Amino acid sequence: MPVKTRFEPRLGAATREAFGRALVELGRENKDIVVIDADISKSTMTTYFAKEFPDRFFSCGITESNMIGVGAGLAMAGKIPFVSSFSAFAVDIFPVNNGFEQMRVCAAYGRSNLKVVGTHSGISIGEDGPSQMSVEEIALACSLTGFVVMAPADETATKALVRAAAEYDGPVFLRTGRPKAPVVYAPGQRFEIGKSIEVAAGSDVTIIANGLLVAQSMLAADALEDEGISVRVIDMHTVKPLDREAIARAAADTGAIVVAEEHLIDGGLGVRVAQVVVETNPCVMEFVGIHDRYAESGQPDELLEKYHLLSTDIADAARKALARKR
Amino acid sequence: MAKSIAELQGIARRVRRDIVEMITTARSGHPGGSLSAVEILVELYCNHMRIDPANPKWDDRDRFILSKGHAAPVLYSVMAERGYADAPQEKLGTLRRFGSVFQGHPDMRFIPSLEASTGSLGQGLSLGLGMALGARLDGRPSRIYVMLGDGEIQEGQVWEAATSAAFLKADKLVAIVDYNQIQLDGFVKDIMDVAPLADKWRAFGWHTLEIDGHDFAAIEEALADAAATKGKPTCLVAHTVKDKGVSFMENNSKYHGMPPTQDERALALQELN
Repeated sequence: MPVKTRFEPRLGAATREAFGRALVELGRENKDIVVIDADISKSTMTTYFAKEFPDRFFSCGITESNMIGVGAGLAMAGKIPFVSSFSAFAVDIFPVNNGFEQMRVCAAYGRSNLKVVGTHSGISIGEDGPSQMSVEEIALACSLTGFVVMAPADETATKALVRAAAEYDGPVFLRTGRPKAPVVYAPGQRFEIGKSIEVAAGSDVTIIANGLLVAQSMLAADALEDEGISVRVIDMHTVKPLDREAIARAAADTGAIVVAEEHLIDGGLGVRVAQVVVETNPCVMEFVGIHDRYAESGQPDELLEKYHLLSTDIADAARKALARKR
Repeated sequence: MAKSIAELQGIARRVRRDIVEMITTARSGHPGGSLSAVEILVELYCNHMRIDPANPKWDDRDRFILSKGHAAPVLYSVMAERGYADAPQEKLGTLRRFGSVFQGHPDMRFIPSLEASTGSLGQGLSLGLGMALGARLDGRPSRIYVMLGDGEIQEGQVWEAATSAAFLKADKLVAIVDYNQIQLDGFVKDIMDVAPLADKWRAFGWHTLEIDGHDFAAIEEALADAAATKGKPTCLVAHTVKDKGVSFMENNSKYHGMPPTQDERALALQELN
Protein backbone atom coordinates (compact mmCIF):
# COMPACT_ATOMS: atom_id res chain seq x y z
CA MET A 1 0.00 0.00 0.00
CA PRO A 2 1.45 3.38 -0.97
CA VAL A 3 2.22 5.74 1.88
CA LYS A 4 -0.07 8.75 1.71
CA THR A 5 1.40 12.21 2.08
CA ARG A 6 -0.23 14.11 4.88
CA PHE A 7 -2.01 17.36 4.11
CA GLU A 8 -0.01 20.26 5.50
CA PRO A 9 -2.29 23.29 5.35
CA ARG A 10 -0.64 26.49 4.22
CA LEU A 11 -2.66 29.61 3.64
CA GLY A 12 -2.80 30.93 0.10
CA ALA A 13 -4.71 33.87 -1.31
CA ALA A 14 -8.41 34.29 -0.59
CA THR A 15 -10.57 32.97 -3.41
CA ARG A 16 -11.99 36.49 -3.94
CA GLU A 17 -8.43 37.76 -4.38
CA ALA A 18 -7.75 35.00 -6.92
CA PHE A 19 -10.94 35.99 -8.73
CA GLY A 20 -9.79 39.61 -8.97
CA ARG A 21 -6.38 38.59 -10.32
CA ALA A 22 -7.89 36.12 -12.79
CA LEU A 23 -10.14 38.85 -14.21
CA VAL A 24 -7.13 41.01 -15.03
CA GLU A 25 -5.41 38.13 -16.84
CA LEU A 26 -8.59 37.40 -18.80
CA GLY A 27 -9.06 41.10 -19.54
CA ARG A 28 -5.63 41.26 -21.14
CA GLU A 29 -6.42 38.33 -23.40
CA ASN A 30 -9.97 39.20 -24.39
CA LYS A 31 -11.32 42.70 -24.89
CA ASP A 32 -14.89 41.42 -24.61
CA ILE A 33 -14.45 40.78 -20.89
CA VAL A 34 -16.28 43.53 -18.99
CA VAL A 35 -16.85 43.92 -15.26
CA ILE A 36 -19.68 45.48 -13.30
CA ASP A 37 -19.58 46.14 -9.60
CA ALA A 38 -21.90 47.58 -6.99
CA ASP A 39 -19.74 49.81 -4.76
CA ILE A 40 -17.64 47.05 -3.26
CA SER A 41 -14.94 46.59 -5.87
CA LYS A 42 -12.30 46.98 -3.17
CA SER A 43 -13.81 43.97 -1.40
CA THR A 44 -14.75 41.83 -4.39
CA MET A 45 -11.30 42.64 -5.83
CA THR A 46 -12.64 43.75 -9.18
CA THR A 47 -10.73 46.94 -8.39
CA TYR A 48 -7.66 45.40 -10.08
CA PHE A 49 -9.61 45.11 -13.31
CA ALA A 50 -11.07 48.61 -12.88
CA LYS A 51 -7.58 50.09 -12.57
CA GLU A 52 -6.21 48.38 -15.66
CA PHE A 53 -9.32 48.59 -17.84
CA PRO A 54 -11.34 51.63 -16.72
CA ASP A 55 -13.30 51.68 -20.00
CA ARG A 56 -14.50 48.13 -19.47
CA PHE A 57 -15.46 48.57 -15.84
CA PHE A 58 -18.91 49.88 -14.96
CA SER A 59 -19.75 51.11 -11.52
CA CYS A 60 -23.46 50.62 -10.86
CA GLY A 61 -23.58 52.03 -7.37
CA ILE A 62 -25.48 50.08 -4.75
CA THR A 63 -28.03 48.62 -7.18
CA GLU A 64 -27.56 44.86 -7.26
CA SER A 65 -30.82 44.16 -9.13
CA ASN A 66 -29.98 46.76 -11.74
CA MET A 67 -26.41 45.50 -11.95
CA ILE A 68 -27.54 41.99 -12.87
CA GLY A 69 -29.80 43.43 -15.58
CA VAL A 70 -27.05 45.68 -16.96
CA GLY A 71 -24.74 42.66 -17.06
CA ALA A 72 -27.32 40.62 -18.95
CA GLY A 73 -27.75 43.48 -21.42
CA LEU A 74 -24.00 43.64 -21.99
CA ALA A 75 -24.02 39.89 -22.62
CA MET A 76 -26.80 40.36 -25.17
CA ALA A 77 -24.62 42.97 -26.86
CA GLY A 78 -21.88 40.33 -27.27
CA LYS A 79 -19.75 41.02 -24.19
CA ILE A 80 -18.63 38.55 -21.50
CA PRO A 81 -19.75 40.36 -18.37
CA PHE A 82 -18.68 39.46 -14.85
CA VAL A 83 -20.88 41.03 -12.21
CA SER A 84 -19.84 40.70 -8.63
CA SER A 85 -21.02 41.56 -5.19
CA PHE A 86 -21.19 39.85 -1.84
CA SER A 87 -23.09 36.60 -2.40
CA ALA A 88 -25.67 37.82 0.09
CA PHE A 89 -26.52 40.84 -2.05
CA ALA A 90 -26.02 39.44 -5.52
CA VAL A 91 -28.21 36.39 -5.21
CA ASP A 92 -30.17 36.00 -2.04
CA ILE A 93 -33.73 37.11 -1.68
CA PHE A 94 -33.06 40.27 0.26
CA PRO A 95 -36.02 42.61 0.49
CA VAL A 96 -34.24 45.41 -1.32
CA ASN A 97 -30.79 44.41 -2.48
CA ASN A 98 -31.56 41.29 -4.41
CA GLY A 99 -30.53 40.03 -7.77
CA PHE A 100 -32.26 36.68 -7.74
CA GLU A 101 -35.34 37.63 -9.74
CA GLN A 102 -33.09 39.38 -12.26
CA MET A 103 -30.88 36.28 -12.48
CA ARG A 104 -34.02 34.22 -13.07
CA VAL A 105 -35.57 36.35 -15.80
CA CYS A 106 -32.64 38.10 -17.49
CA ALA A 107 -29.92 35.48 -17.13
CA ALA A 108 -31.56 32.03 -16.79
CA TYR A 109 -34.82 32.40 -18.73
CA GLY A 110 -33.24 34.97 -21.05
CA ARG A 111 -30.27 32.61 -21.55
CA SER A 112 -27.66 35.30 -21.35
CA ASN A 113 -23.94 34.74 -21.14
CA LEU A 114 -23.73 36.35 -17.71
CA LYS A 115 -21.15 35.47 -15.05
CA VAL A 116 -22.19 36.27 -11.49
CA VAL A 117 -19.46 36.02 -8.88
CA GLY A 118 -20.43 36.11 -5.23
CA THR A 119 -17.70 36.99 -2.79
CA HIS A 120 -17.86 36.88 1.03
CA SER A 121 -19.80 33.64 1.00
CA GLY A 122 -20.51 31.49 4.00
CA ILE A 123 -19.95 32.26 7.68
CA SER A 124 -16.17 32.52 7.36
CA ILE A 125 -16.51 36.22 6.55
CA GLY A 126 -16.43 36.56 10.33
CA GLU A 127 -17.02 39.85 12.09
CA ASP A 128 -19.66 41.39 9.82
CA GLY A 129 -22.31 38.95 10.98
CA PRO A 130 -25.33 37.21 9.44
CA SER A 131 -26.75 40.06 7.33
CA GLN A 132 -23.60 39.80 5.19
CA MET A 133 -23.23 36.01 5.36
CA SER A 134 -24.63 34.06 2.48
CA VAL A 135 -25.49 30.47 3.34
CA GLU A 136 -28.35 30.04 0.85
CA GLU A 137 -26.98 31.07 -2.52
CA ILE A 138 -25.89 27.66 -3.79
CA ALA A 139 -29.46 26.39 -3.36
CA LEU A 140 -30.85 29.50 -5.04
CA ALA A 141 -28.40 29.47 -7.93
CA CYS A 142 -28.96 25.75 -8.54
CA SER A 143 -32.68 26.44 -8.87
CA LEU A 144 -32.00 28.61 -11.92
CA THR A 145 -32.43 26.61 -15.10
CA GLY A 146 -29.27 26.32 -17.19
CA PHE A 147 -26.94 27.92 -14.65
CA VAL A 148 -23.52 26.43 -13.94
CA VAL A 149 -22.81 26.74 -10.21
CA MET A 150 -19.29 26.44 -8.79
CA ALA A 151 -17.53 26.79 -5.43
CA PRO A 152 -13.73 26.58 -5.81
CA ALA A 153 -11.52 25.49 -2.91
CA ASP A 154 -8.43 27.64 -3.28
CA GLU A 155 -6.50 30.15 -5.32
CA THR A 156 -5.45 27.78 -8.10
CA ALA A 157 -8.96 26.36 -8.42
CA THR A 158 -10.53 29.82 -8.51
CA LYS A 159 -8.22 31.11 -11.23
CA ALA A 160 -8.87 28.06 -13.38
CA LEU A 161 -12.62 28.08 -12.85
CA VAL A 162 -13.00 31.82 -13.49
CA ARG A 163 -11.26 31.16 -16.79
CA ALA A 164 -13.55 28.19 -17.47
CA ALA A 165 -16.56 30.39 -16.70
CA ALA A 166 -15.41 32.97 -19.23
CA GLU A 167 -14.93 30.30 -21.89
CA TYR A 168 -18.30 28.64 -21.18
CA ASP A 169 -21.21 30.03 -23.22
CA GLY A 170 -24.02 30.49 -20.73
CA PRO A 171 -24.88 31.79 -17.28
CA VAL A 172 -22.56 30.94 -14.40
CA PHE A 173 -22.59 31.56 -10.67
CA LEU A 174 -19.24 31.23 -8.90
CA ARG A 175 -18.91 31.35 -5.13
CA THR A 176 -15.82 32.79 -3.48
CA GLY A 177 -14.88 33.61 0.09
CA ARG A 178 -13.32 36.36 2.15
CA PRO A 179 -10.56 34.71 4.21
CA LYS A 180 -7.26 33.41 2.96
CA ALA A 181 -7.88 29.87 1.79
CA PRO A 182 -5.63 26.86 2.53
CA VAL A 183 -3.73 25.73 -0.54
CA VAL A 184 -5.17 22.48 -1.87
CA TYR A 185 -3.73 22.39 -5.38
CA ALA A 186 -0.33 22.76 -6.95
CA PRO A 187 -0.19 25.43 -9.65
CA GLY A 188 -0.99 23.95 -13.03
CA GLN A 189 -3.73 21.61 -11.78
CA ARG A 190 -6.33 21.22 -14.51
CA PHE A 191 -10.01 21.93 -13.89
CA GLU A 192 -13.05 21.28 -15.98
CA ILE A 193 -16.62 22.43 -15.32
CA GLY A 194 -18.64 19.48 -14.02
CA LYS A 195 -15.63 17.22 -13.45
CA SER A 196 -14.79 16.66 -9.79
CA ILE A 197 -11.27 16.02 -8.52
CA GLU A 198 -10.29 13.15 -6.25
CA VAL A 199 -7.83 14.85 -3.91
CA ALA A 200 -7.28 11.71 -1.78
CA ALA A 201 -7.78 8.06 -2.69
CA GLY A 202 -9.55 5.69 -0.28
CA SER A 203 -11.97 2.81 0.00
CA ASP A 204 -13.82 2.83 3.36
CA VAL A 205 -15.64 6.13 3.21
CA THR A 206 -15.86 9.11 0.85
CA ILE A 207 -15.94 12.76 1.83
CA ILE A 208 -17.37 15.07 -0.81
CA ALA A 209 -16.81 18.76 -0.20
CA ASN A 210 -16.24 22.09 -1.90
CA GLY A 211 -15.00 25.57 -1.11
CA LEU A 212 -13.26 26.07 2.19
CA LEU A 213 -14.29 22.64 3.43
CA VAL A 214 -12.11 20.73 0.97
CA ALA A 215 -9.06 21.52 3.10
CA GLN A 216 -10.96 20.60 6.28
CA SER A 217 -11.96 17.31 4.65
CA MET A 218 -8.33 16.54 3.82
CA LEU A 219 -7.37 17.14 7.45
CA ALA A 220 -10.24 14.88 8.54
CA ALA A 221 -9.03 12.19 6.15
CA ASP A 222 -5.54 12.25 7.70
CA ALA A 223 -7.01 11.89 11.20
CA LEU A 224 -9.15 8.96 10.07
CA GLU A 225 -6.22 7.30 8.29
CA ASP A 226 -4.41 7.36 11.66
CA GLU A 227 -7.26 5.15 12.92
CA GLY A 228 -6.78 2.80 10.00
CA ILE A 229 -9.73 4.12 7.99
CA SER A 230 -9.16 4.58 4.27
CA VAL A 231 -10.77 7.84 3.11
CA ARG A 232 -11.51 9.12 -0.37
CA VAL A 233 -11.86 12.90 -0.64
CA ILE A 234 -13.57 14.47 -3.64
CA ASP A 235 -13.58 18.18 -4.41
CA MET A 236 -17.00 18.76 -6.00
CA HIS A 237 -16.15 22.24 -7.20
CA THR A 238 -19.07 22.22 -9.62
CA VAL A 239 -22.40 21.82 -7.83
CA LYS A 240 -24.35 22.07 -11.05
CA PRO A 241 -23.98 20.11 -13.26
CA LEU A 242 -22.88 17.48 -10.76
CA ASP A 243 -20.25 14.86 -11.55
CA ARG A 244 -22.76 12.00 -11.29
CA GLU A 245 -20.25 9.38 -12.32
CA ALA A 246 -17.80 10.18 -9.51
CA ILE A 247 -20.63 10.16 -6.96
CA ALA A 248 -22.05 6.84 -8.15
CA ARG A 249 -18.58 5.30 -8.13
CA ALA A 250 -17.84 6.58 -4.61
CA ALA A 251 -21.15 5.18 -3.37
CA ALA A 252 -20.42 1.79 -4.94
CA ASP A 253 -16.75 1.63 -3.92
CA THR A 254 -16.96 2.94 -0.35
CA GLY A 255 -20.62 2.45 0.66
CA ALA A 256 -20.54 5.51 2.91
CA ILE A 257 -20.49 9.20 1.99
CA VAL A 258 -20.10 12.38 4.00
CA VAL A 259 -20.88 15.68 2.33
CA ALA A 260 -19.35 18.83 3.81
CA GLU A 261 -20.19 22.39 2.81
CA GLU A 262 -20.15 25.90 4.26
CA HIS A 263 -23.83 26.36 3.42
CA LEU A 264 -27.23 25.47 4.81
CA ILE A 265 -27.81 21.75 4.58
CA ASP A 266 -31.13 22.63 2.91
CA GLY A 267 -30.77 22.64 -0.84
CA GLY A 268 -27.00 22.69 -1.02
CA LEU A 269 -24.34 20.26 -2.23
CA GLY A 270 -25.42 17.58 0.26
CA VAL A 271 -28.97 17.14 -0.93
CA ARG A 272 -27.87 17.28 -4.53
CA VAL A 273 -25.31 14.52 -3.98
CA ALA A 274 -27.90 12.49 -2.04
CA GLN A 275 -30.24 12.66 -4.99
CA VAL A 276 -27.61 11.09 -7.23
CA VAL A 277 -26.79 8.46 -4.59
CA VAL A 278 -30.39 7.30 -4.25
CA GLU A 279 -30.74 7.24 -8.01
CA THR A 280 -27.60 5.14 -8.50
CA ASN A 281 -26.07 3.18 -5.60
CA PRO A 282 -27.92 3.94 -2.36
CA CYS A 283 -25.58 3.99 0.64
CA VAL A 284 -25.36 5.56 4.10
CA MET A 285 -24.75 9.31 4.14
CA GLU A 286 -24.00 12.02 6.67
CA PHE A 287 -24.15 15.77 6.17
CA VAL A 288 -21.89 18.50 7.52
CA GLY A 289 -23.29 21.98 7.03
CA ILE A 290 -25.27 24.68 8.77
CA HIS A 291 -28.49 23.45 10.31
CA ASP A 292 -31.35 25.89 9.89
CA ARG A 293 -29.93 28.83 11.83
CA TYR A 294 -28.10 32.10 11.35
CA ALA A 295 -24.57 32.53 12.62
CA GLU A 296 -23.10 35.57 14.40
CA SER A 297 -20.06 37.84 14.54
CA GLY A 298 -16.68 36.37 15.42
CA GLN A 299 -13.36 35.22 14.07
CA PRO A 300 -13.77 32.80 11.16
CA ASP A 301 -12.12 30.00 13.17
CA GLU A 302 -14.41 30.59 16.13
CA LEU A 303 -17.44 30.47 13.90
CA LEU A 304 -16.38 27.37 11.97
CA GLU A 305 -15.91 25.63 15.31
CA LYS A 306 -19.21 26.72 16.84
CA TYR A 307 -21.20 25.87 13.70
CA HIS A 308 -19.46 22.50 13.33
CA LEU A 309 -17.64 22.96 10.05
CA LEU A 310 -14.17 21.85 11.12
CA SER A 311 -12.18 18.74 10.20
CA THR A 312 -13.10 17.20 13.57
CA ASP A 313 -16.81 17.54 12.73
CA ILE A 314 -16.24 15.96 9.34
CA ALA A 315 -14.25 13.08 10.91
CA ASP A 316 -17.05 12.52 13.46
CA ALA A 317 -19.58 12.38 10.64
CA ALA A 318 -17.41 9.83 8.82
CA ARG A 319 -17.17 7.63 11.91
CA LYS A 320 -20.94 7.82 12.29
CA ALA A 321 -21.45 6.84 8.68
CA LEU A 322 -19.03 3.91 9.04
CA ALA A 323 -20.84 2.71 12.19
CA ARG A 324 -24.14 2.74 10.29
CA LYS A 325 -22.57 0.99 7.34
CA ARG A 326 -21.41 -1.97 9.47
CA MET B 1 -37.41 55.25 -46.92
CA ALA B 2 -39.43 57.46 -44.62
CA LYS B 3 -43.14 56.78 -44.58
CA SER B 4 -45.82 59.45 -44.70
CA ILE B 5 -47.98 60.04 -41.66
CA ALA B 6 -50.99 58.80 -43.61
CA GLU B 7 -49.17 55.52 -44.32
CA LEU B 8 -48.22 55.16 -40.67
CA GLN B 9 -51.80 55.84 -39.61
CA GLY B 10 -52.96 53.10 -41.97
CA ILE B 11 -50.52 50.64 -40.38
CA ALA B 12 -51.66 51.70 -36.91
CA ARG B 13 -55.27 50.92 -37.83
CA ARG B 14 -54.30 47.43 -39.03
CA VAL B 15 -52.25 46.84 -35.89
CA ARG B 16 -55.17 47.86 -33.67
CA ARG B 17 -57.43 45.41 -35.50
CA ASP B 18 -54.81 42.68 -35.06
CA ILE B 19 -54.66 43.39 -31.33
CA VAL B 20 -58.43 43.20 -30.87
CA GLU B 21 -58.66 40.02 -32.94
CA MET B 22 -55.71 38.33 -31.26
CA ILE B 23 -56.89 39.03 -27.73
CA THR B 24 -60.55 38.20 -28.32
CA THR B 25 -59.57 34.96 -30.07
CA ALA B 26 -57.22 34.06 -27.22
CA ARG B 27 -59.90 35.07 -24.70
CA SER B 28 -57.18 36.50 -22.50
CA GLY B 29 -54.49 39.16 -22.66
CA HIS B 30 -53.99 42.84 -22.07
CA PRO B 31 -55.69 45.03 -24.68
CA GLY B 32 -55.41 48.40 -22.91
CA GLY B 33 -51.64 48.76 -22.79
CA SER B 34 -51.28 47.27 -26.27
CA LEU B 35 -53.68 49.75 -27.87
CA SER B 36 -52.13 52.71 -26.06
CA ALA B 37 -48.67 51.91 -27.44
CA VAL B 38 -49.55 51.40 -31.12
CA GLU B 39 -48.28 54.67 -32.63
CA ILE B 40 -45.00 54.51 -30.73
CA LEU B 41 -44.24 50.95 -31.85
CA VAL B 42 -45.37 51.59 -35.41
CA GLU B 43 -43.15 54.68 -35.61
CA LEU B 44 -40.18 52.79 -34.14
CA TYR B 45 -40.46 49.59 -36.19
CA CYS B 46 -41.88 50.95 -39.45
CA ASN B 47 -40.20 54.32 -39.75
CA HIS B 48 -37.45 55.09 -37.28
CA MET B 49 -35.33 52.16 -36.11
CA ARG B 50 -32.23 50.99 -37.92
CA ILE B 51 -33.31 47.36 -38.40
CA ASP B 52 -33.36 44.75 -41.11
CA PRO B 53 -36.08 42.13 -40.52
CA ALA B 54 -34.34 39.83 -43.05
CA ASN B 55 -31.19 40.00 -40.93
CA PRO B 56 -32.59 40.31 -37.40
CA LYS B 57 -29.24 39.79 -35.62
CA TRP B 58 -27.39 42.45 -37.63
CA ASP B 59 -24.70 43.75 -35.24
CA ASP B 60 -25.33 47.41 -35.95
CA ARG B 61 -29.10 47.28 -35.48
CA ASP B 62 -31.16 49.38 -33.11
CA ARG B 63 -32.90 47.37 -30.42
CA PHE B 64 -36.31 47.59 -28.81
CA ILE B 65 -37.20 46.11 -25.44
CA LEU B 66 -40.84 45.87 -24.39
CA SER B 67 -40.25 46.08 -20.66
CA LYS B 68 -44.02 46.11 -20.10
CA GLY B 69 -44.12 42.62 -21.57
CA HIS B 70 -47.86 42.17 -21.12
CA ALA B 71 -48.36 44.46 -24.13
CA ALA B 72 -46.93 41.63 -26.28
CA PRO B 73 -49.76 41.72 -28.88
CA VAL B 74 -48.81 45.17 -30.17
CA LEU B 75 -45.18 44.07 -30.53
CA TYR B 76 -46.14 40.82 -32.27
CA SER B 77 -48.41 42.63 -34.71
CA VAL B 78 -45.82 45.28 -35.55
CA MET B 79 -43.09 42.66 -36.03
CA ALA B 80 -45.39 40.68 -38.30
CA GLU B 81 -46.19 43.88 -40.19
CA ARG B 82 -42.44 44.37 -40.74
CA GLY B 83 -42.10 40.81 -42.02
CA TYR B 84 -39.96 39.13 -39.36
CA ALA B 85 -39.98 35.47 -40.40
CA ASP B 86 -40.24 34.21 -36.82
CA ALA B 87 -43.32 36.38 -36.17
CA PRO B 88 -45.59 35.28 -39.04
CA GLN B 89 -48.68 37.40 -39.72
CA GLU B 90 -50.86 34.37 -40.47
CA LYS B 91 -50.16 32.89 -37.03
CA LEU B 92 -51.11 35.97 -34.99
CA GLY B 93 -54.44 34.28 -34.22
CA THR B 94 -52.63 31.60 -32.20
CA LEU B 95 -51.68 34.10 -29.46
CA ARG B 96 -51.34 32.42 -26.05
CA ARG B 97 -52.24 28.98 -27.38
CA PHE B 98 -50.24 25.85 -26.65
CA GLY B 99 -47.50 25.52 -29.26
CA SER B 100 -47.74 29.12 -30.49
CA VAL B 101 -44.64 31.28 -30.93
CA PHE B 102 -46.84 34.13 -29.72
CA GLN B 103 -46.46 33.43 -26.03
CA GLY B 104 -48.39 35.37 -23.37
CA HIS B 105 -45.34 37.53 -22.79
CA PRO B 106 -42.43 38.01 -25.25
CA ASP B 107 -40.19 34.93 -25.19
CA MET B 108 -36.95 34.83 -27.19
CA ARG B 109 -36.93 31.04 -27.12
CA PHE B 110 -39.91 31.14 -29.47
CA ILE B 111 -39.14 34.36 -31.40
CA PRO B 112 -35.36 34.80 -31.61
CA SER B 113 -35.77 38.20 -33.29
CA LEU B 114 -37.03 39.63 -30.01
CA GLU B 115 -34.35 41.52 -28.10
CA ALA B 116 -35.43 40.33 -24.65
CA SER B 117 -37.76 37.97 -22.85
CA THR B 118 -39.83 40.20 -20.62
CA GLY B 119 -42.85 40.06 -18.36
CA SER B 120 -41.37 40.47 -14.89
CA LEU B 121 -41.87 44.22 -14.55
CA GLY B 122 -39.09 46.69 -13.86
CA GLN B 123 -36.18 44.90 -15.48
CA GLY B 124 -36.07 46.16 -19.09
CA LEU B 125 -34.31 49.47 -18.51
CA SER B 126 -31.31 47.78 -16.86
CA LEU B 127 -31.08 45.37 -19.79
CA GLY B 128 -31.30 48.23 -22.25
CA LEU B 129 -28.60 50.10 -20.38
CA GLY B 130 -26.30 47.09 -20.67
CA MET B 131 -26.97 46.89 -24.40
CA ALA B 132 -26.30 50.62 -24.78
CA LEU B 133 -22.98 50.30 -22.95
CA GLY B 134 -22.01 47.32 -25.11
CA ALA B 135 -22.81 49.22 -28.32
CA ARG B 136 -20.80 52.20 -27.10
CA LEU B 137 -17.78 50.02 -26.27
CA ASP B 138 -17.86 48.58 -29.76
CA GLY B 139 -18.38 51.98 -31.40
CA ARG B 140 -21.61 50.86 -33.05
CA PRO B 141 -24.29 53.28 -34.25
CA SER B 142 -26.99 51.22 -32.47
CA ARG B 143 -29.54 52.91 -30.26
CA ILE B 144 -31.63 51.15 -27.64
CA TYR B 145 -35.32 51.86 -27.01
CA VAL B 146 -37.07 50.60 -23.89
CA MET B 147 -40.81 50.94 -23.43
CA LEU B 148 -41.97 51.12 -19.85
CA GLY B 149 -45.49 51.17 -18.42
CA ASP B 150 -46.53 53.98 -16.12
CA GLY B 151 -47.54 51.41 -13.51
CA GLU B 152 -44.31 49.53 -14.12
CA ILE B 153 -42.15 52.47 -13.08
CA GLN B 154 -43.44 52.02 -9.54
CA GLU B 155 -40.82 49.26 -9.44
CA GLY B 156 -37.66 50.38 -7.63
CA GLN B 157 -35.26 48.80 -10.12
CA VAL B 158 -36.41 51.27 -12.79
CA TRP B 159 -35.01 54.11 -10.69
CA GLU B 160 -31.80 52.21 -10.01
CA ALA B 161 -31.41 51.90 -13.77
CA ALA B 162 -32.40 55.53 -14.33
CA THR B 163 -29.72 56.69 -11.91
CA SER B 164 -26.99 54.53 -13.37
CA ALA B 165 -27.87 55.34 -17.01
CA ALA B 166 -27.52 59.06 -16.33
CA PHE B 167 -24.34 58.50 -14.34
CA LEU B 168 -22.86 56.39 -17.13
CA LYS B 169 -23.94 59.00 -19.73
CA ALA B 170 -25.73 56.35 -21.77
CA ASP B 171 -26.91 58.58 -24.59
CA LYS B 172 -27.74 55.63 -26.82
CA LEU B 173 -30.54 54.73 -24.42
CA VAL B 174 -34.11 56.01 -24.81
CA ALA B 175 -36.82 55.20 -22.28
CA ILE B 176 -40.39 55.67 -23.45
CA VAL B 177 -43.03 55.72 -20.74
CA ASP B 178 -46.48 54.78 -22.00
CA TYR B 179 -48.31 57.18 -19.69
CA ASN B 180 -51.84 55.85 -20.19
CA GLN B 181 -52.78 56.53 -16.55
CA ILE B 182 -54.24 53.09 -15.84
CA GLN B 183 -52.87 49.94 -14.23
CA LEU B 184 -54.59 46.69 -13.38
CA ASP B 185 -56.31 47.77 -10.18
CA GLY B 186 -57.36 51.20 -11.43
CA PHE B 187 -56.00 54.65 -12.13
CA VAL B 188 -52.26 55.01 -11.45
CA LYS B 189 -52.97 58.15 -9.41
CA ASP B 190 -55.15 56.07 -7.06
CA ILE B 191 -52.92 52.99 -6.80
CA MET B 192 -49.59 54.77 -6.26
CA ASP B 193 -49.25 58.02 -8.11
CA VAL B 194 -46.05 58.43 -10.14
CA ALA B 195 -46.54 62.13 -10.95
CA PRO B 196 -44.82 64.47 -11.61
CA LEU B 197 -43.31 62.12 -14.10
CA ALA B 198 -41.28 64.41 -16.37
CA ASP B 199 -39.88 66.26 -13.35
CA LYS B 200 -38.73 62.97 -11.85
CA TRP B 201 -36.86 61.86 -14.96
CA ARG B 202 -35.28 65.30 -15.28
CA ALA B 203 -34.21 65.17 -11.66
CA PHE B 204 -32.62 61.79 -12.35
CA GLY B 205 -30.47 63.42 -15.03
CA TRP B 206 -32.37 62.44 -18.17
CA HIS B 207 -33.11 64.64 -21.15
CA THR B 208 -36.90 64.49 -20.91
CA LEU B 209 -39.60 65.34 -23.41
CA GLU B 210 -43.37 65.17 -22.99
CA ILE B 211 -45.26 64.21 -26.11
CA ASP B 212 -48.65 63.09 -27.36
CA GLY B 213 -47.97 59.39 -27.78
CA HIS B 214 -50.55 59.08 -30.56
CA ASP B 215 -49.14 61.89 -32.73
CA PHE B 216 -46.70 60.44 -35.29
CA ALA B 217 -45.11 63.82 -36.07
CA ALA B 218 -44.51 64.46 -32.38
CA ILE B 219 -43.02 61.00 -31.81
CA GLU B 220 -40.76 61.34 -34.83
CA GLU B 221 -39.55 64.76 -33.74
CA ALA B 222 -38.87 63.53 -30.19
CA LEU B 223 -36.88 60.52 -31.42
CA ALA B 224 -34.76 62.81 -33.60
CA ASP B 225 -34.24 65.11 -30.64
CA ALA B 226 -33.15 62.10 -28.54
CA ALA B 227 -30.66 61.03 -31.21
CA ALA B 228 -29.14 64.51 -31.25
CA THR B 229 -28.76 64.60 -27.46
CA LYS B 230 -25.25 63.75 -26.32
CA GLY B 231 -24.02 62.89 -22.85
CA LYS B 232 -27.32 61.87 -21.32
CA PRO B 233 -30.08 59.35 -21.92
CA THR B 234 -33.48 60.54 -23.12
CA CYS B 235 -36.89 59.81 -21.66
CA LEU B 236 -40.04 60.37 -23.65
CA VAL B 237 -43.05 60.71 -21.39
CA ALA B 238 -45.70 59.74 -23.89
CA HIS B 239 -49.20 60.83 -22.90
CA THR B 240 -51.48 58.14 -24.24
CA VAL B 241 -55.01 56.82 -23.87
CA LYS B 242 -55.56 53.33 -22.52
CA ASP B 243 -57.33 51.18 -25.14
CA LYS B 244 -56.95 54.03 -27.66
CA GLY B 245 -59.11 53.64 -30.74
CA VAL B 246 -62.02 51.69 -29.28
CA SER B 247 -64.39 54.24 -27.79
CA PHE B 248 -66.17 52.03 -25.29
CA MET B 249 -62.91 50.57 -23.96
CA GLU B 250 -60.92 53.80 -23.71
CA ASN B 251 -59.87 54.86 -20.20
CA ASN B 252 -61.56 51.88 -18.58
CA SER B 253 -59.35 49.87 -16.24
CA LYS B 254 -61.58 46.84 -16.81
CA TYR B 255 -59.76 46.31 -20.09
CA HIS B 256 -56.22 46.40 -18.70
CA GLY B 257 -56.07 42.65 -18.48
CA MET B 258 -59.47 41.53 -19.77
CA PRO B 259 -60.39 40.73 -23.36
CA PRO B 260 -63.47 42.27 -24.97
CA THR B 261 -66.41 39.88 -25.44
CA GLN B 262 -67.26 38.51 -28.89
CA ASP B 263 -70.01 41.15 -29.29
CA GLU B 264 -67.62 43.89 -28.26
CA ARG B 265 -65.09 42.53 -30.72
CA ALA B 266 -67.41 43.15 -33.65
CA LEU B 267 -68.14 46.67 -32.43
CA ALA B 268 -64.46 47.36 -31.89
CA LEU B 269 -63.49 46.12 -35.36
CA GLN B 270 -66.24 48.27 -36.85
CA GLU B 271 -64.76 51.34 -35.16
CA LEU B 272 -61.29 50.42 -36.39
CA ASN B 273 -62.33 50.05 -40.01
